[in-house]
Amino acid sequence: MSEALKTAFELLVSLDAKLVEIVFLSLSVSLSAVVAAALLGLPLGAAIAVGRFPGRQVVIVALNALMGLPPVVVGLLVYLLLSRAGPLGPLGILFTPSAMIVAQTILILPIIAALSRQAIEDAWSEYEEQLRSLGARRMNAALTLLWDTRFSLLTAILAGFGRAAAEVGAVMIVGGNIDGVTRVMTTTIALETSKGDLPLALGLGVILITIVIAVNAAAYLTKELAQRRYG
Amino acid sequence: MSNGSIFPLRLAEVSFAAGGRAIIDRVSLEIEPGPSTIILGANGAGKSVLMRLMHGLLNPTSGKIDWNAPERPGAPRKQAMVFQRPVMLRRSAFANVAYALKIAGIPEPQRGALVREALESVGLVHLAHRPARVLSGGEQQRLALARAWALHPEVLFLDEPTASLDPSATREIESVIKAFDAAGTKVVMATHNLGQARRLGDEILFLDQGRLVERASVGEFFSKPRSAQAAAFIKGELPWT
Repeated sequence: MSEALKTAFELLVSLDAKLVEIVFLSLSVSLSAVVAAALLGLPLGAAIAVGRFPGRQVVIVALNALMGLPPVVVGLLVYLLLSRAGPLGPLGILFTPSAMIVAQTILILPIIAALSRQAIEDAWSEYEEQLRSLGARRMNAALTLLWDTRFSLLTAILAGFGRAAAEVGAVMIVGGNIDGVTRVMTTTIALETSKGDLPLALGLGVILITIVIAVNAAAYLTKELAQRRYG
Repeated sequence: MSNGSIFPLRLAEVSFAAGGRAIIDRVSLEIEPGPSTIILGANGAGKSVLMRLMHGLLNPTSGKIDWNAPERPGAPRKQAMVFQRPVMLRRSAFANVAYALKIAGIPEPQRGALVREALESVGLVHLAHRPARVLSGGEQQRLALARAWALHPEVLFLDEPTASLDPSATREIESVIKAFDAAGTKVVMATHNLGQARRLGDEILFLDQGRLVERASVGEFFSKPRSAQAAAFIKGELPWT
């Protein structure tokens, strides 16, 4: 065990080429998914927050429930969509990073949409009378609230990033864990652990945890500073 | 009366109920431009709700509210409202006023001068670039007045604008309100503060349990109230004003 830790540490310090490649792929897949999910999820959350339409409560409950989507189920669904016989089979992106981005986007879209819906709805209850008094339409109000809750939304986005970076089930299924092509941190950890090669698994585990902690610390600090600066 | 003014405002048998209770109970009145109108009454008398009905933030359960010239949706509003607690956006004081102008459809090049004029009128030019939410309560309320005033509305509704402020901030707010009144904006203000009603009002609408009990000039109202409720209210309130 201590031997494994030592080797893991050496891999980290020497910036082992294979390790760097895996970390880079992980980050590019998860960050792409976060960007896509934020572009869809923030407007969706804002629309549900200020919108009035039949079935709104059902949508909110469904969205909250979808925050707990099991990654393997998302992986399975995306696999079925993208497999050769599936409706999106002709795209030919199964077992590529693109498929992994699609799966992670679907996985974290409900998280970003639901958390931003909550933040924006709280702000809406504070701002509604004032904005309506000024003559703002709902569409305007939604955009105003998106900007005014930007620091809370950062937290929602990072919650999505944490989920994407840490999940293994979806990327394993749709990526296939192909060495040098679709192998990311979590799938490598799963594979190397089962093979008994602990150093690489441990090294990646350390990096993964460090990234998640660093990102959340940055989010917390940003929010604190913003709170002090903008109230 | 088709002179383009939004006045007079007519309320006919207006009621507003919530949770099975009538908060505003068959109120009929007509409001003309000019003299400032104070809506006076105890907590829970329905002052805020009546103003929100007039301003269009609430729809009456029954009855009719008619402005002489109804506002067109999308056109700049000719009425504005300042609330008891100002709601400031997370941006600078300047940007908060500019936001109201943007919503009203004022083209960007014209906004700067209007914002500066509005901030000058409330004495906040030196704080223009501070984030609005970190200003003091009194400063935020003056900023809310500037934001409401920026487009020189025909009527300004004020819902207990000094209720959560200290005496010096209250004096500042009152002098701003007087200046707006003098500049020709109709002031309609809810308050339960008799001193403030005397200082700022020309006429009193006295509400009791959702009903319009009395309407009189300020002098008349305080010297010889016609209703027992108003007399009791004046008597009960005086020691604390």
